[in-house]
Amino acid sequence: MLLIPCPHCGNRPELEFRYAGEAHIARPADPSTTSDQEWAEYLYFRSNPKGLHIERWRHVSGCARFFNCVRDTVSDKILKTYPAGQPKPDLAELVKEAGQ
Amino acid sequence: MSLTLRAKRSGRVDRTKPLSFTFDGKTYRGFEGDTLASALLANGVHLMGRSFKYHRPRGVITAGSDEPNALVSVGSGARHTPNLRAPQVELYDGLVAKSQNAWPSLSFDVGAINNFLSPLFVAGFYYKTFMWPNVAWKKLYEPIIRRAAGLGTASSEPDPDHYSTRFAHCDVLVVGSGPAGLSAALSAARTGARVILCDEQAEFGGSLLSELHATVDGKPAAQWVEEAVAELKALAGTVTLLPRTQAFGYFAQNFLGLVERVTDHLATPDPKLPRDRLWQVRAKEVVIAAGAHERPMVFPDNDRPGIMLADAARTYANRYGVRPGGRAVVATAHDSAYQAALDLKAAGVSIELIADLRKEANGPLPMAARAAGIRVETGMAITGSTGRLRVNAALVSKLGTDGEEAIPCDLILMCGGWTPSVHLFSQSRGKLVFDDARQVFIPGESAQAERSAGACKGSETLAQAFEDGFAAGLDAAAKAGCAQGKATQVKLAGVLDAHGGFLGAVPHPHDAGRVKAFVDYQNDVTAKDIKLATREGMRSIEHVKRYTTTGMATDQGKLSNMNALAIAAEALGKPIPAVGLTTFRQPYTPISFGAMANHSRGDLFDPVRKTATHAWAEAQGAVFEDVGLWKRAWYFPHAGEDMHAAVLRECKTVRDSAGVFDASTLGKIEVVGPDAAEFMNILYTNPWSKLEVGRCRYGLMLNEAGFVMDDGVVGRIAEDRFHVTTTTGGAPRVLNHMEDYLQTEFPNLKVALTSTTEQYSVVAVQGPNARKIIAPLIDGIDISNEAMPHMSVRLGKICGVPTRLFRMSFTGELGFEVNVPADYGQAIWEAIWAEAQKYEACAYGTETMHVLRAEKGYIIVGQETDGTVTPNDLGLDWAIGKAKPDFVGKRSLTRPDLVKADRKQLVGLLTVEPQTVLEEGAQITLIGNPPAGTSALGHVTSSYQSAVLGRSFALAIVSAGRARMGETLYVPMPDGPIAVTVTDPVFYDKEGAKLHV
Amino acid sequence: MRFSFLNLAKQALSAHRHWPEQWRFPEPKAAYDAIIIGAGGHGLGTAYYLAKEHGLRNIAVLEKGWLGGGNTGRNTTIIRSNYLWEESQGLYEHSVKLWENLSSELNYNVMYSPRGVMMLAHTVHDIQVFKRHVHANRLQGIDNEWLTPEEAKEFCPILNISPNMRYPILGAALQRRGGTARHDAVAWGYARAASAMGVDIIQNCEVKGIRRDPSGAVTGVETTKGFIGTKKIGVVAAGHTSVVMGMADVRMPLESYPLQALVSEPIKPIMPCVVMSNTIHAYMSQSDKGELVIGAGTDAYTSYSQTGGLHITTHTLDAICELFPNVRRLRMLRNWGGIVDVTPDRSPILSKTPVKGLYVNCGWGTGGFKATPGSANVFAHTIAKDEPHPINAAFTIDRFKTGRLIDEAAAAAVAH
Repeated sequence: MLLIPCPHCGNRPELEFRYAGEAHIARPADPSTTSDQEWAEYLYFRSNPKGLHIERWRHVSGCARFFNCVRDTVSDKILKTYPAGQPKPDLAELVKEAGQ
Repeated sequence: MSLTLRAKRSGRVDRTKPLSFTFDGKTYRGFEGDTLASALLANGVHLMGRSFKYHRPRGVITAGSDEPNALVSVGSGARHTPNLRAPQVELYDGLVAKSQNAWPSLSFDVGAINNFLSPLFVAGFYYKTFMWPNVAWKKLYEPIIRRAAGLGTASSEPDPDHYSTRFAHCDVLVVGSGPAGLSAALSAARTGARVILCDEQAEFGGSLLSELHATVDGKPAAQWVEEAVAELKALAGTVTLLPRTQAFGYFAQNFLGLVERVTDHLATPDPKLPRDRLWQVRAKEVVIAAGAHERPMVFPDNDRPGIMLADAARTYANRYGVRPGGRAVVATAHDSAYQAALDLKAAGVSIELIADLRKEANGPLPMAARAAGIRVETGMAITGSTGRLRVNAALVSKLGTDGEEAIPCDLILMCGGWTPSVHLFSQSRGKLVFDDARQVFIPGESAQAERSAGACKGSETLAQAFEDGFAAGLDAAAKAGCAQGKATQVKLAGVLDAHGGFLGAVPHPHDAGRVKAFVDYQNDVTAKDIKLATREGMRSIEHVKRYTTTGMATDQGKLSNMNALAIAAEALGKPIPAVGLTTFRQPYTPISFGAMANHSRGDLFDPVRKTATHAWAEAQGAVFEDVGLWKRAWYFPHAGEDMHAAVLRECKTVRDSAGVFDASTLGKIEVVGPDAAEFMNILYTNPWSKLEVGRCRYGLMLNEAGFVMDDGVVGRIAEDRFHVTTTTGGAPRVLNHMEDYLQTEFPNLKVALTSTTEQYSVVAVQGPNARKIIAPLIDGIDISNEAMPHMSVRLGKICGVPTRLFRMSFTGELGFEVNVPADYGQAIWEAIWAEAQKYEACAYGTETMHVLRAEKGYIIVGQETDGTVTPNDLGLDWAIGKAKPDFVGKRSLTRPDLVKADRKQLVGLLTVEPQTVLEEGAQITLIGNPPAGTSALGHVTSSYQSAVLGRSFALAIVSAGRARMGETLYVPMPDGPIAVTVTDPVFYDKEGAKLHV
Repeated sequence: MRFSFLNLAKQALSAHRHWPEQWRFPEPKAAYDAIIIGAGGHGLGTAYYLAKEHGLRNIAVLEKGWLGGGNTGRNTTIIRSNYLWEESQGLYEHSVKLWENLSSELNYNVMYSPRGVMMLAHTVHDIQVFKRHVHANRLQGIDNEWLTPEEAKEFCPILNISPNMRYPILGAALQRRGGTARHDAVAWGYARAASAMGVDIIQNCEVKGIRRDPSGAVTGVETTKGFIGTKKIGVVAAGHTSVVMGMADVRMPLESYPLQALVSEPIKPIMPCVVMSNTIHAYMSQSDKGELVIGAGTDAYTSYSQTGGLHITTHTLDAICELFPNVRRLRMLRNWGGIVDVTPDRSPILSKTPVKGLYVNCGWGTGGFKATPGSANVFAHTIAKDEPHPINAAFTIDRFKTGRLIDEAAAAAVAH
């Protein structure tokens, strides 16, 4: 069971959260102007990396907020969490910090 | 009962407390403090089991949880428990144990014929035969193999015991309470750290409990243990001591699973106690002090009863006061067996010979053995044994010679060396490294906040174990943020260091292809099986394991893995690390399903949600159905009615007079804020901006893929406030979906969402008399048709209780839904019911609700839809706000496949024979008797007998269905096709006149 | 040497010293006509059918670890074809038909045991869904029948059908031809048969890159054993598909999740069939060795760790103990995890790709084992002919663009 640092509530067990898929996949501002291919990519295509993954979680049994999380999908270690809406962190920088 | 096999010293067994127990029906005596294994050995019983494949007679070979042979069933009836390890079963008075995998008896087992067929039953033999004819595997061979396989039996009765679980947090978790673990716990606890110390055994102390001569700080080892445990106990506020507790799994982020065996050792346990307790521990720091496993020697016929690990025999002698035999031969490649020989000699066992595989053995222990007058031969291999149900001689050979000497004995002690227990470390995903000099895998770089101490780290001496332990405890406490502790040292005396070890098969003069030198005892895997596997191309250790099943028995290879690996490596001509190591998986030792499932059973398996009227409905004889977590009244049968009759009556009553229905389970979400309407415009297909306050609208929700996800009536309570209803099962999903868009895509919108499902009880009153029924109870709302038209909502009071009164209908009749605070739900229901009875109205359940709505062609999400259905498919284009630039799912609706002409569309079906009720889920075809492989045009989604129509009717989704009105199609059934006519899906009151009365 | 009882007996006389290696251990050639990435059951099977049915013998299967070491060797071996949609039915039924004869075909006993797969209905909605399956299957000539709770208990006597259960069993759908097989034997059987036809199976050879020419077509793979040329690459990398496809700059509609399974200690036979409950999330069968083989759904988050959370296992076992209350005293022997690649509609992709010469077979989620022979068979066709077999024509990547999903999971949506 992961221990997830909710950016609003602190460390909480995984049971309190709901996973919500890859982060920073913004809904097109005007979907009607997207091609079928672009729309499919928004809906379905994911980076699914082996390594650092930026993903969304919702602290559904806590503050109920969605937030973003950088997790290594090989070790399941969480490097950083931050509120939804904040920009993507510099992953190289994060790895360097984690190494120290 | 003779006590001749008890040593002079009683060890830790209390000889003043005799216990009686049975094994295979025969009564024996043991003492408090015995295990089943020690007590049986004391009674001269070595034969405790039969092996898996060849049914070879087997004795106990270990004194711990790594036992592969002595597996027994304990208890009877519903408490019958199979596959327990005899050295782990604590004796209690009246214990009933049975052997396994033998018929008709342990000493005469018919299955042993497999032993004679063993030249055929080599590794992987079943892959090579039993293939002809195809059906014979299932019908003939497999049943025979299945009956022969398996170990114990499962009880056929439900387990009457209960189990529990605890979550715990600590600064330092110490796994193992031998010298390293105890010292780690002491040094950590002394800093004030919150410590949990667990050990799989009943007593703390580990190997120290088997020490006869060692002193620690001048005290006998056992006394030092006692004092250490007392010191820890005195710190009860911060230290938790868990004996009989196995740390079985090491998960991500220092989360460990432990199972405590609470009552299995008790003759008459308190029924309030759980049998096992699962501990789920989040530890800041972990000290692994799991010790090491003594390795058997792989030599021909190394499995006869009476052959056991040397240090296990020492434990039986020293700790349990048992002489496991009278005359022993010791075969070793490690000094520690000499200590066993010395201690057994002291216990009265005659040591005939110590055959040491090593060319030289000049450590302090071999020297001491020689000094004690024991015959020691170096460069001598054990090459076989004789005897049937008990060993009667050991065969030994000088290395490099063919001569073999038989030495009569009733006990062979073996020690191939020690394998550090790196299981938990490996589970924590730390990297193992191979120590070439000592030929062991030891912990390398850590992946989590843990450190190993003592033998599991590869430390070989007692002094080192203490040193490791004290240092590990200090380090762990410091890293957990506790105070800096003081370094501790202990003074040891009376211990002699032991070194050595040997991996692989012992050389012998026999034909290696013909003898059986067991590597994995329980699964009957021999050295030649492993060589056969490598010969056949199984070059990865994982392939070797899977092909031979070595390491896959219930001990998971604790004794066998390293020998198997060494034999494979030699056969492949590769260094051991190049052949690899199989993955260490949890659990470390098997743990009961009950402990894992713990409280989650029966009504606690999942929460039960009940509405405020549940008890009332129950009292009325309602039958309930499960919908999500809810219990919903399904129908209300009168005396003598079956479901069919009850539902027909309820339907008729609602259409003729009225019915009362508990709609509380429908999800309710309050959408509030200045941007509420705009938010609703995005989340639902419908337009909301122009919906007047006090009016309602049917809302349709799509997922972003354009498929119908949920629906429900939405009322506008105020300019900035919507009362949204959802399906019963969909409520949490819908709220999550709304929150997702609100928080992440449209955070600029000023809207707040609140689940109000449980705040309101909802009583639906439906039928021509609905208004008359509620009218006397309502305050402050004009509920006339003119003042409160269909699809409107008013705030007011009912019986003095505030209500949101909806005028809406899911039946096609005049209807109201009374929302009141849930606390008043039952009272309001009863008040309404009292009025309803004046009109001979009925209470109705979900089934009637389903029929009535289907007569009107109203869909149910999840019944007419299956996640692949669009609004257009359902004829719900009218619910789409065409002028809206965007809503969730809109873009997807124009994808090529979602606009195809042959999409399946909602239609009605009438059977040509009006009393035939179609089966829901039945397929629809163009012709009556379609050949196999015909594509269906669609399927029946809802099908009922209708009271008001006086016939059956159905809803279906059918390819291009709206263009097929009047067409005859077929529903092919096993007993012939049913002809149906395609109709409009609205069967009752097409113009909707009854809604507006 | 053929595998047969006669040869087994003959070899016993010489202490089994003369069994040859079951497959060769070749070094890679400079180039092949086709390369399969991933030596699991699907990959090895693809090579086998390419060699046997399409005459392509100059092919290699590259495996970064040991053959059969991925999901093939980690799954719970359930075989069935009682799917809802015709596309799925065609694919899985094709597979079941191949299973029925696979041991003879490969001369390797894969222990296909059609002991019946029973899927439990706990709610009215479940009944509707499973009956729909039963009818849909019957139309396609696929066996699947509806059982009452009493009939279900007769088929699996240890099943708890008490009406007082939290979610009582209201009935079951039974596919008698469904069952289990021995997972390792499938990989080994295909490997042995493919190798014998000249297919090079190269283990411990990890693909590090996919090389393409200026037109975009593939020209070969970079591996830990050097560059290997080819014009056709079939990616059959299960949980690692996104990683491998990324080497050709193809983004996939996939996410990789941990899937856990566990076995009990071996016991004498108590479980004659496979029982699955989607509603309370657990399934169980008993292996020939006597272990109860138990699984459930995936963990909640994507991961390549091959481990999962304890809470998933505890929840699986509480469901099992509800269905079979007499197993509560049995013990979990081993719990492990695999990495399953999941598509948005829970159906696989067996398809050409936007890159010339690159083909992909992935997205099997939790149910890939059962499809092994069928999937391999039609994927071989797709690679050999550069066009899909009619059976896999619908399983394209393109369906996510057009919206023509094959959504097996959606049908389980919760009702009113």
